[in-house]
Amino acid sequence: MIHPIPPGTRDVLPEEMRELRKLQAALLGVFEGRGYGEVSTPALEYDEVLARGGGRGDHAAYRFFDESGELLALRSEMTVPIARLVATRYAQADPPHRFCYLAGAYRAVSPQRGEMREFLQAGVELIGAPAAEGTVEVIEVLEAALDAAGLGSAVIGLGDADLFRDLLEELGLGVEAVDASLAQLTARDLVGLEQELEGAGVADEQVADCLALSQLRGGPEVLERAQAQGSAAAGRAAGRLTALADSLGSRTGGHRVQFDFGLTRDLTYYNGPILEVYDPALGRVLGGGGRYDGLMKRFGIDRSAAGFALNLERVHVAQIEERRRKEGGE
Amino acid sequence: MTPPLRVAVPRGALFGETLDVLDGAGVETAELRGGSRSLIFESGALTLVTVRPSDVPTYVEAGAADVGITGKDVLLEQSDRPVYELLDLGFGRCRMVLAGRVGSDRLGESERELGIMRIATKYPRIAERYFESTGRQIELIEVKGSVELAPLVGLSDGIVDLVATGRTLEENELEVREEIVQCTARFVANRVAHKLRAAEIDDLASRLREASRR
Repeated sequence: MIHPIPPGTRDVLPEEMRELRKLQAALLGVFEGRGYGEVSTPALEYDEVLARGGGRGDHAAYRFFDESGELLALRSEMTVPIARLVATRYAQADPPHRFCYLAGAYRAVSPQRGEMREFLQAGVELIGAPAAEGTVEVIEVLEAALDAAGLGSAVIGLGDADLFRDLLEELGLGVEAVDASLAQLTARDLVGLEQELEGAGVADEQVADCLALSQLRGGPEVLERAQAQGSAAAGRAAGRLTALADSLGSRTGGHRVQFDFGLTRDLTYYNGPILEVYDPALGRVLGGGGRYDGLMKRFGIDRSAAGFALNLERVHVAQIEERRRKEGGE
Repeated sequence: MTPPLRVAVPRGALFGETLDVLDGAGVETAELRGGSRSLIFESGALTLVTVRPSDVPTYVEAGAADVGITGKDVLLEQSDRPVYELLDLGFGRCRMVLAGRVGSDRLGESERELGIMRIATKYPRIAERYFESTGRQIELIEVKGSVELAPLVGLSDGIVDLVATGRTLEENELEVREEIVQCTARFVANRVAHKLRAAEIDDLASRLREASRR
């Protein structure tokens, strides 16, 4: 007798579970070893709390009423619940606060795409540390986590969430045109971005500069190339990333870091540095994060904050793939 | 050692011009033109894989191909697939249109009398989005081929379909009523490959840009 489970969910059997536990233990070891205490929050929260994370109504895909008519939702990630936790329970405590988690998150899936409705995230949040040092520390923890997971080839893409809004405003675009252009950039549609900028009356040369900037990614040499572009916004972003690169370089070497002026995140609560994690063994992004001071403000406390989350199952797949590649096959 | 960059090449209507523009970009395509039944071809520093145009986003999203070429119609229909759209290659130009029968006002009548139009299409999401954005309601009928037949036999009042020369419409006594969007071939890239193989992808993109503007 076959009893189905919903698409996008899965059972984990002992063999895989043993491996996942090993991976989890390795990551937790890194997090705890650096002072990040593990927390657990409910998978169910009040919808109104999760909605503070903003976004396009995608803060929660699954919502329902409880027995007294309250609107509840399944969390889609852990940063918002931890912001809620810090605002509620640590508002009077002395910062910084360091937390880590291994937790299930829930998102809507497109049918027949191999996407997971329920998936495991491993991550950290650093709240209340001075901004620049905090970001560097979070990247260091991420580097150590990738080492511990055995992802020797993984790369951290480092970008700036404020760059393009800044740049488009510098070009004199109105609010609507800025939002429309950012939407194209976030959708990774460079053709659409070009059309949007041309439609807004931006001069050809500046359109070309914008597009080139969105494609500027690579080692430290791209920081100079962004400076050379001549726009004040690009110069400021390059300055911020250079400062970050310098302090990273003096601490860990930052050998995994790639700079990416076109990087955007789907989540709307980021400001300042943002990051994404890639592995050549996997065609999908392993995780991401960044600085989210604005989110803390939405919860009523004025603290700088940064963190990252890794998709644990994807990390596991990348781990297996990297191992396979090392052993000889493709 | 990194494997060659894998390029998804669309078979079908875009095939010939895709090979031409690849030739122009200095990519050897003679083997693909030979009518071989193979699906994978080695070409210098690249591996070319031939797939259906509508499968290109699937391969590229998953990283099974690092980059690919496909029509904007396909990308619009599968806009939830996160791939980078890097270049408008300019060829394969056609229009997504709403068409109805020549000399018949079935579309208008249905809208006035029933408040809803029945639209047959192979592009359900594009059609849905278009009518939603213009404030009209439709009953969507998804078909897999020869959509022109639908209004002729009363399956639908009109169709949303891709039109290149307009000859198929004409032969079936259909005419364009509204243009929804212009489509051309696009160069797309996988999200991870776009970051980790930046130099190779940028190089291919700039050669393709040159070739497509010649």
